[in-house]
Amino acid sequence: MKSKIIYAASVTLFSAILPACAPVKEYQKNRLNDSEMSLSNRKVEKNELNFQSYREGSSGANGGKTGGGCGCN
Amino acid sequence: MIGLYLLFLHAFSQMQTRDTSQYKPRKLSLEEVNLVSSYYTQDGDHSAIRGGIGSEHVTDLANGVELKFTGWDARLRKNSLAAGIGIDHHTAASQAWISKSGASTRTDGLRIYPSLDWTREDEQKGSSISAGAYYSGEFNYHSIGLNAGGTKKTKNNGEFGLKLIAYLDQVKMILPSEFEQPGAYSTGRNGELRHPDYGSSGRQTYTASFSFSQVINSRLQGSLLLDLVEQQGYLGLPFHRVYFTDATDSIEKLPTNRFKLPIGLRISYFLGDNIILRGYYRFYTDSWGLRSHTASLETSIKVSPFFSVTPFYRYYVQTAADYFAPYEVHLKSDAYYTSNYALAAFNSSFFGSGLRLAPPKGIFNSHLAMLEIRYGHYTQTTDLVSDVVSLNLQFR
Repeated sequence: MKSKIIYAASVTLFSAILPACAPVKEYQKNRLNDSEMSLSNRKVEKNELNFQSYREGSSGANGGKTGGGCGCN
Repeated sequence: MIGLYLLFLHAFSQMQTRDTSQYKPRKLSLEEVNLVSSYYTQDGDHSAIRGGIGSEHVTDLANGVELKFTGWDARLRKNSLAAGIGIDHHTAASQAWISKSGASTRTDGLRIYPSLDWTREDEQKGSSISAGAYYSGEFNYHSIGLNAGGTKKTKNNGEFGLKLIAYLDQVKMILPSEFEQPGAYSTGRNGELRHPDYGSSGRQTYTASFSFSQVINSRLQGSLLLDLVEQQGYLGLPFHRVYFTDATDSIEKLPTNRFKLPIGLRISYFLGDNIILRGYYRFYTDSWGLRSHTASLETSIKVSPFFSVTPFYRYYVQTAADYFAPYEVHLKSDAYYTSNYALAAFNSSFFGSGLRLAPPKGIFNSHLAMLEIRYGHYTQTTDLVSDVVSLNLQFR
């Protein structure tokens, strides 16, 4: 029940944020273009994601492994 | 590592000045090289090889290099080719217990995994397509991976993405010694024990990855990620034991299919002039009854425009899979059974920090464009503890 509430809250939050998007011109993207603002994992995190997928039962939705490719879950 | 560093400095120093104009076709040329190395060490007391008891001491040294080539074709589309190779060497105390007496001689392993990925971006159309191939080989496991995908930008600073991935794996059927057929071992010329060819079983994993990213304002952007994952075949490992209530043992037995559904949300926010907040949340559920939540926050503190410190914290909680039970708890009448603690109920914390250095003209005015080092400490409520330190060197 708790997990369903958290899931529904997350989807609602994201759905509420979307319509609030302000148009952003290219010249206004100086902060967004900072390399550390990237929405992908840092390359230095690659092996951390691997060991987390080996030691935990879940994986995926993070740019890492979703299963297969190794002798793990 | 030092040799590779000097090699890449030499390679970049030989390059002619790049034509940075985007209005002329250009052949593929080396644009960037990334070296990533990690050292990982872990301790615990719930080895799956011994049915949920015994040492889980592991060390792993992972090294990877990725070369990225870019060029523009006659239609002014950007083509990128990323060629990578990784080599991991691990030691695992529990491997000795593949033998019932703990006398197995092989307690280490080597994994090699090359990959090749191609992407074509069409800036005018705001779209891209990609394809890739991957191979992983270690003594008891071989995998071939293929992927294809595409992205499409929206008119309002958004982007949709879809990637289809397939892994076709073979698991070598190395059984605990008490389950080997009589006469399976022979004696070699030097008196060593030799095993005939092991059999193998297949495992297939098919994934459809959906993503949507959106710029929300000039300081905030986010993305939603969803994977649909179907696994079929032999989904356990043949040397994992399970002990029943009557103290007899067997090999873990798991269903031959598994459906996974992870959904993730990422947010990046530029706070003030010097701080970037990177947040992540994931909900996961699968057909084996396992559910989990993951939440992490990383703060990038820009000490200067080129030097940042990045402390982070990650919290994770999962319920047990339907087929999990600890040592000597499973009944012989159970249809499926495992004592692999990766499928137990637990929560974990992972925290640490990184340092990132990326001056505009390179470190000491060299081709070493970026250096990042990161340390993390991980603990589970199953008493598993680990530490990992990673280094990324980027050459341009």
